[in-house]
Amino acid sequence: MEVAQFIIQILNGLSYGLLLFLLAAGLSLIFGLMGIINLAHGSYYMLGAYLGLTIMKTSANFILALVGAATLVALLGLIMERVFFRGLYKQELDQVLLTFGFIYIFMDLAKYLWGGTPRSLPTPPLLEGSLEIFGAAFPVYRLALIVSGLAVALLLRLFLEKTRTGMIIRAGVDDKEMVTALAINIKLYFSIIFALGAFLAAFGGVMGGPVIGAYPGLDFEILVLALAVVVVGGLGTLRGAFWGSILVGFIDTFSKALFPSFSMLTIYIAMALILILKPSGLLGRMELS
Amino acid sequence: MTPCTSSRLLRLVVILILLVLPFVLSSYGLSIFTKVLIFGILAMSLDILIGYTGLVSFNHASFLGISAYTVGILAVHGINNFWLTLPAGIIAALLLAMVLGLLVLRSSDAYFLMITLAFGQMLYALAWRWRSLTGGDDGLAGIPRPEIGLPISMNDYHNFYYLVLIFFGLSFYALSKFIRSSLGRSIIGVRESESRMQALGYNTWALKYLAYIVAAGFAGLAGVLFVYFNGFISPEDLSWSLSGMIMLMVIIGGAGTLIGPVIGVGVIFILQNFISAYTERWPLFIGIIFVICVMYARNGIVGYLLKLEAKRRRCNESPGSKEHL
Amino acid sequence: MKALEVKNICKNFGGLKVLQNVSISVETGERRAIIGPNGAGKTTLFNIISGITTASSGEIFIFGKKVTTLSPYHRARLGLGRTFQKNNLFSDMSLLENIYLAMRINKSPLNMQDFLQQWGMWNRRNIKVKKLSYGEQRQVELLLALAQAPKILLLDEPTAGMSPVEKGLILQMIKGLDRSITILIIEHDMEVVFNLADRITVLHLGQVLCEATPEIVKAKPRVQEIYLGTTGEEGWH
Repeated sequence: MEVAQFIIQILNGLSYGLLLFLLAAGLSLIFGLMGIINLAHGSYYMLGAYLGLTIMKTSANFILALVGAATLVALLGLIMERVFFRGLYKQELDQVLLTFGFIYIFMDLAKYLWGGTPRSLPTPPLLEGSLEIFGAAFPVYRLALIVSGLAVALLLRLFLEKTRTGMIIRAGVDDKEMVTALAINIKLYFSIIFALGAFLAAFGGVMGGPVIGAYPGLDFEILVLALAVVVVGGLGTLRGAFWGSILVGFIDTFSKALFPSFSMLTIYIAMALILILKPSGLLGRMELS
Repeated sequence: MTPCTSSRLLRLVVILILLVLPFVLSSYGLSIFTKVLIFGILAMSLDILIGYTGLVSFNHASFLGISAYTVGILAVHGINNFWLTLPAGIIAALLLAMVLGLLVLRSSDAYFLMITLAFGQMLYALAWRWRSLTGGDDGLAGIPRPEIGLPISMNDYHNFYYLVLIFFGLSFYALSKFIRSSLGRSIIGVRESESRMQALGYNTWALKYLAYIVAAGFAGLAGVLFVYFNGFISPEDLSWSLSGMIMLMVIIGGAGTLIGPVIGVGVIFILQNFISAYTERWPLFIGIIFVICVMYARNGIVGYLLKLEAKRRRCNESPGSKEHL
Repeated sequence: MKALEVKNICKNFGGLKVLQNVSISVETGERRAIIGPNGAGKTTLFNIISGITTASSGEIFIFGKKVTTLSPYHRARLGLGRTFQKNNLFSDMSLLENIYLAMRINKSPLNMQDFLQQWGMWNRRNIKVKKLSYGEQRQVELLLALAQAPKILLLDEPTAGMSPVEKGLILQMIKGLDRSITILIIEHDMEVVFNLADRITVLHLGQVLCEATPEIVKAKPRVQEIYLGTTGEEGWH
């Protein structure tokens, strides 16, 4: 691999990893606070991509598509949490099964509304074209992906560390009972984190749209990648989600370049290795079993 | 488990019905019933994990799939003797469980579920990509019915039904013996409280590993029968959506009872046939049924019936009844 | 012979030091009470002894055998039995099945019928444990550990949440146990403690504050101050 190719691949890995971070952050924080894995998270991503496509078509405004789709999906997440999860408070296993049921529902609804053919979001005109890096072309849009991913990571960190809501969420991840004992309405924060997770996933769906597109099966594909991220990085922390995403992004990108036919397997091998060597993930805080 | 005459009678009637079915049903009806029995074995085996051990495994189709592919690949190479392919399929599933079990059983609860789901997807991807062996997304087609070394043709769907029925009966018997054995009781103990089992001196990891392998073996058996029934195997048969459907069958029928999952299989197949006749939105219905089951009918159909039965029995309970062991 | 030796155990959760350099040594047949205010690290200590939690540093010996790295079930097979602070039973199984599981693995010489009759619960044998009253479940919690025929018994607040009458019953059960069994008991009820214990270890903020006979501990002003100060009316009279 030439130097230029190598650098391009690093940038590709970074942009893909940061896209995954948008999903993994929500997945990880929801687990940290509520003790459940929201398997519908990949569906939020897919719905975000499809909704973004529709809004883009009618308004031709990328920012509107981004914010609109993410807000709609956040609302959907909020409704799911309020209507369905409340009834199963503290029954974590049932809640996870519920999210699994929703995968089927969203999958079929998306197929009904947007059909079965793969679609792709247009790249916003401002971000079209490519830059030259050591003589190799790199799309401007991917650079924008990296920048926005880093910005979201930074904002999330500020939110969790500097705001009162964020601090309560972090305290809840550490010790739920203590937070409840402080007469804080923990259920309110369940809603907040659920909606935030859905928002970020759909945001990722739109952002990734011009590169990855939207198609049936995307929901599960991206979910499995996000699961790999949290297994590798460890559940419950933003740091784990961040570095796990970057790592999985790199592994995926480089294995696709090096041995394309079995690229999918490398991620699972990485997962298996982590499970053997450090079952709680590289930066995980949860003690297992 | 008081052996009372009425339940014995019921059992006898069910066996009789199963035996005379080929004379009553059309070939289409019989083929659906054959499929119910095959998936019945599969659902019972998943129930060993979900209902008895408390392991919510999200990749049960993997064990069906690896066994079916093994048989399919052997068939492609002209090996079609049932007494060779049957053990080959089951061993493939057992080996997979032995390896996978070492990885997934290091974790529990949410992690377990997530990791099984991911590894299930890995096998799906493998079946897709390893074209030379698996035929990729085209799958392996034209797998003939097996030769069983007797002058009986398995191409006759009546005969094939009886073959499946025999294996279903054996599986049901073996699994019900298993869960009533002291080993089976210990496995239920793990479901009820793993930490207590450890405090009592049980190696709970070994118990879970054993249950995982047993379940995989029976799923492997179902895989062998399935591929001969279908004559075709594709990556879809080890996809997450099939795993999810088996799980739904277990839950809707009643996890933690052996007969429940079989009833669940019947209910889902009937619903599928019925709904598919009117609309293409079957996955939507699976999702809705899933949600309803989890929210309102977590004990399933058999769980509900057992509750009724317990109520009835409490009314005319006799003291000194036999021990529940 | 020493039944149990805990040497220099430390446990940190994140930055929190739950146990610091805790050493306890218990003779065979001794009744030892562990007392201390909530958060003193008593249950963590029990979890480390039984192997559910691993210590950050330090060693554990059972009958002279080093068990620090052994898993909980290995330790149980060496004769270590325990109860839990919150009922930890096979709640969907009958009482008899519960006892069966406890006896099977330990190849207990006891007979289930004799055992349950001895403790007056034979007629409750076919009832699912979750259908028993809280007091009865608390008894079963103890019975499960006894059915293991343990040589060392860790009792984590066996009378928690019980009425005075029920407490008396549990107390009688424990007092009636064979003197060859070594018992460690965490308990908040001081009447129970003084009734049972040969020696008392006081834990405070993860450290051993003192270890002595009940008479001496009772007289220590520092212990009284800590204990009465944090647990209020639950202290002794």
